[in-house]
Amino acid sequence: MKRLLTTVAMLLWAQTSGAEEMRMAVTTSFDNSGLADVLLPAIKADLDLDVRLLVVGTGQALRLGEAGDVDAVLVHSKAAEEKFVAAGHGTHRREIMYNDFVFVGPKADPAAIVDAASAADAVQRIEAAQAPFVSRGDDSGTHKAEQKIWASAGLDIAGFGDWYRPVGAGMGAALNTASGMNAYIVSDRASWLNFGNKGDLALLYSGDPALFNQYALLPVNPDKNDSIRNDLAVKLEAWLTSPRAAALINGYKINGEALFVFNATP
Amino acid sequence: MVDIWDGFSAAFWLIASFDAELWEISLRSLRVTLTALVIASVIAIPLGTYLAVQRFRYRRFVISMINALMGLPPVVVGLIVYILLSRAGPFGVLNLLFTPTAMIIAQVVIITPVIASIAHQSMRELWAEYHDLLISLNTSKWQRIVTLMRDGRRNLLTAALAGFGRAIGEVGAIMIVGGNIDHVTRVLTTAIALETGKGDFALALGLGFVLIGLAIVVNLAIHTLSRTEREGQW
Repeated sequence: MKRLLTTVAMLLWAQTSGAEEMRMAVTTSFDNSGLADVLLPAIKADLDLDVRLLVVGTGQALRLGEAGDVDAVLVHSKAAEEKFVAAGHGTHRREIMYNDFVFVGPKADPAAIVDAASAADAVQRIEAAQAPFVSRGDDSGTHKAEQKIWASAGLDIAGFGDWYRPVGAGMGAALNTASGMNAYIVSDRASWLNFGNKGDLALLYSGDPALFNQYALLPVNPDKNDSIRNDLAVKLEAWLTSPRAAALINGYKINGEALFVFNATP
Repeated sequence: MVDIWDGFSAAFWLIASFDAELWEISLRSLRVTLTALVIASVIAIPLGTYLAVQRFRYRRFVISMINALMGLPPVVVGLIVYILLSRAGPFGVLNLLFTPTAMIIAQVVIITPVIASIAHQSMRELWAEYHDLLISLNTSKWQRIVTLMRDGRRNLLTAALAGFGRAIGEVGAIMIVGGNIDHVTRVLTTAIALETGKGDFALALGLGFVLIGLAIVVNLAIHTLSRTEREGQW
């Protein structure tokens, strides 16, 4: 019995070691889209580099970079990213790829946004119909993009009634809420296509240039502390902007639909 | 209802196919929680017993504090441990953030008050029984504490298992300090949160049933090894 216990204990506490590793904070939409499962094994194979992902909202991702707890940040909120670099938290900003935001809502479409003229028109119709709308409400890139659309339509979120529901959660959790309430929601296309609990929801509107969603990589400033692996972040950046990454990113499809478009400039 | 049934079948297939990832995160869950449990018990059990035996000025205050800390919100514990362990924080040089060690620290903070409080309650009753005997034998304070801990070991086991239960199902704190990194700090509870976020309820529920099963197995194993509930045994 004792020997069995010792064996179990040794198995439990056995440690593994391996290749070089770095930490990168990424947005929930990047991970929920499933692209990470394609890119990380390729990075491991090509560079012998383990990229440890911390999957959080853009707000928290930048906060982790600011504290120097990660080596790089991959997010999608241009204004916040430029502020991050300007404040000296990141060395520079490198655009990698883009996808787009889409309007998802109940199939019955009570606000009739399916033939909206623009994203601003779509949110005006939702506001006019007072149809339930779920907002991320977590200061993430998607949340900021959604706020920009409301502002561009000349509407003030603060004055909305209880049909506007900020849930303060990640993309997947917010989609679950929208699915449960049969509400409208703004999602990035990748997370929506990869989402497993669609219920009665459908993709209703997309295509406005205002819904463009750029992802960028920000290596964290190595002056913050001695543990930051800027060399690995630079290696990762070179890989993410290489033709090999371009082929993997452009080739990633769900149900025959491409999710991301590679647009890094060499 | 369909989802719950799907969850059962997902759990069954995960276990039946010896899914490598499931093994990995289950073992990591056990490793983190059992380590935290051992550390917390070493602190909390003598502390709970000491509080039962010793009379001192602020005793009532200390006991109330420990009882109150049983309700510590895990997210707040996680945030505090995060700020302390962050590379920008006071213990940043140790480089412990986003490691299993950070998760163990957070769990120790969460379950130590639980174990200490329950241990104190049961030791207090035992002390009422043993008080006259141990005083008349002219025992030292340390001898009294050891005697109580030895004779009250069944109750202390319950206290420890309550702590285990709280730790194995905890998600808020370890999500913040561990970061739910694949192959490093992903455990059963954070994996469940992740799969729920992806809308894959069947897999999330499957992992949930595995977690419940794990808790049952550990409890049974501890009871069997310590030979409780047997005829002729106290």
